[in-house]
Amino acid sequence: MAPPSVEARNLTKSFGSVHALSDVSVNFRPGRLHALLGENGAGKSTLVKCLMGYYQADSGEVVVNGSPHQMRSPQISQALHMGMVYQHFTAVDRMTVAENLVLGRADLPFVIDWSSEINSLRSFMAGMPFQIDPQRRVSSLAAGEKQKLEIIKQLYLGRTFIVLDEPTSVLTPAEADQVLSEVRRLVDEGSLTVAMITHKFREVTNFAQDVTVMRAGKVVASTEVNSDSEARLTKLMFGENSTFMTLAKRSDPPIGSPNALMMTNIHALGDRGDEAVAGATLSVKPHEVLGIAGVSGNGQKQLVEVFAGQRELAEGEITVDSEVYRRTRKEMQKKGIFLLTEEPLQNVCVRSMSVADNLAFRVFDLTPFARFGLINRKMLEKLANELIAKYRVKTPSADAPIGNLSGGNVQRVVLARELSHNVQVLVLQNPCFGLDSHSAADIRSKIIDVRNSGAAVLLFSEDLDEVLELSDRIAVMSEGKIVYEVDAKNADRYEIGRHMAHSTH
Amino acid sequence: MEHDLGWIGVVIAALGGAVRISAPYLFVSLGEVITERSGRVNLGLEGTLLTGAMTGFATSYLTGSPWLGVLAAGAAGAALGMVHALICSLPRVNDIAVGIALFIFGMGIAFYFGKPFIEPRASMLPMISFGEWSDVPAIRSALEISPLFIAGAAVALTLEWAIQNTRWGLILRMAGDGADAAKALGYSVNFIRFIATACGGFLAGIGGSFLSLVYPGNWNEGLSSGQGLMAIALVIFARWSPIRCLGASLLFGGASAIGPALQTIGISKGYYLFSAAPYVLTLGLLIYSSSARKALDAAPSELTLAK
Repeated sequence: MAPPSVEARNLTKSFGSVHALSDVSVNFRPGRLHALLGENGAGKSTLVKCLMGYYQADSGEVVVNGSPHQMRSPQISQALHMGMVYQHFTAVDRMTVAENLVLGRADLPFVIDWSSEINSLRSFMAGMPFQIDPQRRVSSLAAGEKQKLEIIKQLYLGRTFIVLDEPTSVLTPAEADQVLSEVRRLVDEGSLTVAMITHKFREVTNFAQDVTVMRAGKVVASTEVNSDSEARLTKLMFGENSTFMTLAKRSDPPIGSPNALMMTNIHALGDRGDEAVAGATLSVKPHEVLGIAGVSGNGQKQLVEVFAGQRELAEGEITVDSEVYRRTRKEMQKKGIFLLTEEPLQNVCVRSMSVADNLAFRVFDLTPFARFGLINRKMLEKLANELIAKYRVKTPSADAPIGNLSGGNVQRVVLARELSHNVQVLVLQNPCFGLDSHSAADIRSKIIDVRNSGAAVLLFSEDLDEVLELSDRIAVMSEGKIVYEVDAKNADRYEIGRHMAHSTH
Repeated sequence: MEHDLGWIGVVIAALGGAVRISAPYLFVSLGEVITERSGRVNLGLEGTLLTGAMTGFATSYLTGSPWLGVLAAGAAGAALGMVHALICSLPRVNDIAVGIALFIFGMGIAFYFGKPFIEPRASMLPMISFGEWSDVPAIRSALEISPLFIAGAAVALTLEWAIQNTRWGLILRMAGDGADAAKALGYSVNFIRFIATACGGFLAGIGGSFLSLVYPGNWNEGLSSGQGLMAIALVIFARWSPIRCLGASLLFGGASAIGPALQTIGISKGYYLFSAAPYVLTLGLLIYSSSARKALDAAPSELTLAK
């Protein structure tokens, strides 16, 4: 079947007072790999969701092979052989590959003859660029294999126009390159049109043929990709006059200083009783950022929770300044220990309390904010307003419940709380998640300031670029252990990626 | 007594009792398996069990047909299941809380409408005798098996197969293990859970009719004595597998039968202690099967319990 041409014409979509898409037109030419490039919140996801019928555009139409359609539901786009691979995997973990594939079929028989289904899946797989054993459970697949499964599923269902939503966000660089080059090969064979959402220039210049740049809900440019694209795309994506904050000049850590933070042979159980952290050992010196790279789900979350005092330490020892750290509030205040976990609203905020109250969590019981057990509201309010201004938190007022704020603003509130005191040890997990690149650059420079003033910083991030940018030393966490460590000066992203994928060859 | 079998008699009586007493556990736990595999917990099945028992008894008494009673009990259970599903399909409603409310509601309507039926006798379901070959009365009585138990065992086997090998089974599991995946394929997760909860209620209602129309075979307010709640606990022990529900129900039935069996050989000391056996067993099994290290790995991922 020939791949379809798909065109978005004058699509507009608002959510309340936010204009997510204003008059967006994009032409996806048949048999091409078309990248949609833009920052978080530029409108890329809204555009493809309108294309697929997950959202209904307020006005405009989708033209498929020359005839206009109103995409009122995903079923309409599916009938036109259009399909979407989500950023987060939608395969059911506890089912097998075969079950997941067969489930998507429109003509699913009442009684399923598994032996013949599995045979026909095997012969289907044989003609695919990637093979996965149909009888494996999805939970046993690595992230890259899951991503491939999602793509295979679309092909199995006969889709000829496929949207990939940030397909490489959870892959190692090597996995990403492999998946994207196979996708490009399928496109080149002439059986597929692909639209790929991304914010990585590297993926656009290496794999895409056409690119549309979006900013603030509008299309800024639509063009073919060629070798000199990158500089031009940067300007288009961020605007002509954007200036990037450059990271503050670093002071080198004093040679031979003792470790400020040590974790030795840490073991901890995951929520399902599995051993999520399996003997992790690491140490950080003052004036140093240790960046921990790793694919999500390799025990980072649990290790941070252990440090935070939110998860039981099954075995091992944490020391701060060579004293055993028992994760009590007293020790945190005395030693200047601060922390940002992932999903801060759920993990380190109280949703129904005000922004001011949430900002006060670290200090409300200390002088001068509290005397004789009484809290000085006025001083806390003053502190809150200072921090809200300094960290540019967008909130109706200091008294608004923090649960009403957007994800990026919650992130800023927590960073304001954790970075603005006398920080000696700082543990961060995905500190810039969900922030636009200006705010991210701003936050990163604040992290470096904290490091320069003498703190030991332990940074967990799924964004390898962030780890490479901020760290003095880089380690890789895989399957609950630290499996690799390298000085930032000698770091090589592919070498790091190999260890993230836990392959030693 | 002519055939005094002593301790062997106790074992035979306990085994017979296991088959006799296990049916309500079996039906309720199978119903709960269907509901939980769809990603929802219905804690109201104790109420459903009682409503089923009352409805079954009343229908049999009024129409003279015990089989019509069984059907009516199932229908009443399904109706309660639908109420649970409808309330839970509203946004931000917690299925556990709704379940507890329906537990009390089901008990309430059973007691309210059941008042006039406490005294009379209704026609009971017939039993099938598998013990004609023996002339030992203990064996003959142990092998008096209700067709409803046989039906329950058949439902368990069918469900075990259907969950793996039919379209409905796959869709049910998908709703319970990956609601987002189901939505992405265009299925209504709420509708799947509605049907599953209604089926679960239907089976629990039938379990209730066993109480009032087979064993013990009357209607009173203390009839279920927590069996509906124990059956829900039993689902966890059976790790959400219909076949293991059958085994676990027999185990619970056997534990409940120890007390009466001991009485047959004249040991009545500690009768109440032995009557507590199923409750102690529930507690023990739950502690065993839900300790932190023994993962709830088989639990459907969408359950509020598993999250």
